[in-house]
Amino acid sequence: MAEYIIETNKGKWEIVVGLEIHCQIISKSKIFSSASTEFGDDPNVNVSFVDAGMPGMLPTLNKECVHQAVKTGLGLNAKINKYSEFSRKNYFYADMPTDYQITQFRYPIVGEGEITIDLSDGTTKKIGIERMHIEQDAGKSIHDLNPTKSYIDLNRAGVGLMEIVTKPDFRAPEEAGAFLRKLRSILRYLGTCDGNMDEGSMRCDVNVSVRPYGSNELRPRGEMKNVNSVKFVMQAIESEAKRHIEVYENGGQIEQETRQFDPTTGQSKLMRKKEFAHDYRYFPEPDLPPLVLSDEYINTVKAEMIELPDAKKQRFVETLGLTPYDAMVLCENKEYAAFFEQAAQGHDAKKVANWMMGDFFAMLNKKRLDISQSPVSAENLGNLVELISKDVISGKIAKDVFEIMSETGEDPEKIVEEKGLKQVTDTGAIEAIINEVIASNPDNVAAYKNGKTNLAGWFVGQVIKMSKGKANPSIVNKLIREKLDQ
Amino acid sequence: MSDITKLTVSEILKALKTKEFTSYELTEAYLRNMENNRNYNAYITENAEIALQQAKESDIRYAKGENRALEGIPLGIKDLFCTKNIRTTAASHILDNFIPPYESTVTQNLLDDGAVFLGKLNLDEFAMGGSNETSYFGPVINPWSKDKPLVPGGSSGGSAAAVAAHLCAAATGTDTGGSIREPAAFCGITGIKPTYGRCSRYGIVAFASSLDQAGPIAQDVRDCAILLKSMAGFDEKDSTSCEVAVPDYESFLDGDIKGLKIGLPKEYRPDGLNSEIAAYWDKAAEYLKARGAEVKWISLPHTKYALATYYVLAPAEASSNLARYDGIRYGFRADGQHLDDLYINTRTQGFGSEVKRRIMIGTYVLSAGYYDAYFLKAQKMRRLIHDDFMNAFKECDVILTPTSPITAFPIGDESMLENPINMYLNDVFTVSVNLAGLPALSLPIGLSAGGLPYGMQLIGKPFDEGTLFNVAAKIEADAKFERI
Amino acid sequence: MAIDNQTVRKIAFLSRLKVEDDKIEPTKEEFNKILHWIEELNEVNTDKVEPLISVNNVTLKMRKDEVTSGNCKDEVLKNAPAAEYDYFAVPKVVE
Repeated sequence: MAEYIIETNKGKWEIVVGLEIHCQIISKSKIFSSASTEFGDDPNVNVSFVDAGMPGMLPTLNKECVHQAVKTGLGLNAKINKYSEFSRKNYFYADMPTDYQITQFRYPIVGEGEITIDLSDGTTKKIGIERMHIEQDAGKSIHDLNPTKSYIDLNRAGVGLMEIVTKPDFRAPEEAGAFLRKLRSILRYLGTCDGNMDEGSMRCDVNVSVRPYGSNELRPRGEMKNVNSVKFVMQAIESEAKRHIEVYENGGQIEQETRQFDPTTGQSKLMRKKEFAHDYRYFPEPDLPPLVLSDEYINTVKAEMIELPDAKKQRFVETLGLTPYDAMVLCENKEYAAFFEQAAQGHDAKKVANWMMGDFFAMLNKKRLDISQSPVSAENLGNLVELISKDVISGKIAKDVFEIMSETGEDPEKIVEEKGLKQVTDTGAIEAIINEVIASNPDNVAAYKNGKTNLAGWFVGQVIKMSKGKANPSIVNKLIREKLDQ
Repeated sequence: MSDITKLTVSEILKALKTKEFTSYELTEAYLRNMENNRNYNAYITENAEIALQQAKESDIRYAKGENRALEGIPLGIKDLFCTKNIRTTAASHILDNFIPPYESTVTQNLLDDGAVFLGKLNLDEFAMGGSNETSYFGPVINPWSKDKPLVPGGSSGGSAAAVAAHLCAAATGTDTGGSIREPAAFCGITGIKPTYGRCSRYGIVAFASSLDQAGPIAQDVRDCAILLKSMAGFDEKDSTSCEVAVPDYESFLDGDIKGLKIGLPKEYRPDGLNSEIAAYWDKAAEYLKARGAEVKWISLPHTKYALATYYVLAPAEASSNLARYDGIRYGFRADGQHLDDLYINTRTQGFGSEVKRRIMIGTYVLSAGYYDAYFLKAQKMRRLIHDDFMNAFKECDVILTPTSPITAFPIGDESMLENPINMYLNDVFTVSVNLAGLPALSLPIGLSAGGLPYGMQLIGKPFDEGTLFNVAAKIEADAKFERI
Repeated sequence: MAIDNQTVRKIAFLSRLKVEDDKIEPTKEEFNKILHWIEELNEVNTDKVEPLISVNNVTLKMRKDEVTSGNCKDEVLKNAPAAEYDYFAVPKVVE
């Protein structure tokens, strides 16, 4: 991809960005308690005595959270650590009932990995994963119900999180955006996190620094917490980079600090400074012995792994002949890919892909429907393409048929049959229409014969129009030329 | 009839079965003792009404022949165990009127076996202390006190005093650095801290999670065996509890000890060791030798460092465990304009000075720049101390030591108060056991010249409490210690 | 390593405890005494020693993913010094 360079009248700069993404684990119960992870219930309903940090309560690890983490680690092409440890991160926080968070520190469950991102110019880039660990989420404070008080709801406290830390490999805002989309796609494929940034089930911290273009130095970074959309992440990187450059070019220094990105202003601001800096006093969680995974277990999870977007994309390109772009779009979403594969079954895959990328997505968009709610089934879309391939209907008629399908959900063959839309391939019938058109347009026939041969297209159009679109265009084309050239 | 509250648990069980008296009568008798001996300050919360109700139900079970292992036995519960719908204080102001909506696993096990709960026993605040003087509810008085009030030891001071003074048939305790064994020794009774992981910690207010372990305090070895059988067992709610079968400990009491190897750690016998306890130690060894055991000196080379190691690790874990007492979800709350003010005011007013001291020391040893020098160093020392024992157990089956170098001292003792380290030094013989996670039992061996009890400690291999009961029963039989 | 007054203040704040100004000095002295005593551990070389984290050699057991607790908000809230509208109430937290 083209390099992302910020050029001012004083010099050229490049950016160095790393992301830390918190992903809520999909599980029925919380990571260290057996209370429900259900979202949106009344306050403090899905709270056990463990979640409320009551005296003498102890954490117990949810097997499914480990399973989801290992799956995700494999999806990130990362090393699964057979030995990992839980630690306590100590700080006072109203939403955290024990006033420490159980997380992983020295020994995370997932080590280094990498994922490939797809960029708009068709190129790809590998982004390194530093590590991924599992930990518990905090509750939520509600600040707007009372002018002098905050209210605490612990329903979310204890929900499992995966924290994915990337290497500082991003050199452009677009790369960060592409990464988040790819990560979300992987998580959704695996069913380990629903990836909804606007609902907070995937939350992104962005670390930005800049350096003179071409240099290798690492300068202090601004950390922006909880940026909650892909778009805002890209904006936050841009604005933070600009801020750094301005400071440096005016002779100032950037201090490593925590900031908050405000989407309404497009700027970040410094979060309130504390009297003393945080000192989390991590130490191994004495209530949980080390987590040890066997090779056998890891292999079982490996065996469960489904085909992920990159592999699927490659297969679509290599064995089904799709363009890389179409394959990428179809593979970003597991449901799209599944729909496509079902529709393409036994039919012309490329044509099916074209139809999905065109009329089909346009229809879903227009009707504001999810693919699972599509009135046109995968099977029927495949059948429609088949009718075109077999010259039963023309591409143009197919659009009309699709229109009807998206209203009624009917089988295209049935529509074609009932409405009599079958393409006319009987040369006798087509010749009759041609003769009629030639007879009623002597001027144009003369013009054609005098060398205006591009009028052939006009004759074809007239014939198809008279056949109400049913005449097979290639037959019409062939016969017209034969007649006119006689 | 003689005083039924002086009977041991095993004697009571026999009497209840033969209907010599009812659990209700017995419970009433203990409640009377409790009322008449409030000067000991052993109980923080008395539970008379519910206790009598439980006793009544036990009597019905006896009548129907449906009696369970501890049916109708009136127990005192250290106020560190959360008991459902009964106030639980950890002897701290900060848990002000906390009523747990849940029952600890250990007390639930006892209830499931038919025990009656007389009330909640006093202790050092959050079990931090060796004299029961740090309790928000005031010190407990040792029933052996003569002219001036003596401490019962700590932290399970209320438990030991109540058992010694017959204010309950037996009691629960917890032991993080000696909190069962030292008060048992000071009060002339028996207590056992089982192997780490033997009893569930679920529902016990945590002090130092990697060291805390529950156990019984009772009048004799047999009672401890009966109680521990009921308290112990794997619990899926505690990830550090072990899936190891709990044997019938009573069956070990009649075993013989011929050929058993008893180790005496030479590091526990410094030149300055007081001659009375040294003599009792020799005597205990003699008893065992006379019964055919082989007694030998062994070495635990890192003994000297156990206390300092303990006083890094325990406060570090405590500083984190006690963070949750912040005035938001339960317990005492002091006002504060901002959240941090609320936290600071609540905790400053809610915790006593020893607890605050340990929280701050613990915070310091974990803080950035000091973690490696203190906390990590102590974790490494813990490994060495643990390995010392594992090496020693290649040469012996049980280790015999004094429980404490001293007897009970007066409440408000100047030297203990002026320097916290002096108080910490009393744990010198007990803390290593917690660091190594081993089982250890303390039983009375004899009286000092001043008429105060000394205790002997037996340390066993992991999950080998049975051998401790076997050996302890022999020493008990030979020492013929006379309880109050 | 001896600690200074500023460290005492920092440790107190991290612990959310107040040490009155006139107690800073004696607290520092006392801590230094305890820390000095602890530093006897430095007599032992532990460079090659693995820290002991879990004494009973158990590895972590895992629980089935089933909802078996919660739905007890009254019990969760009943000990709260201030609960309003089923929330725990605290002084306004400035974001």
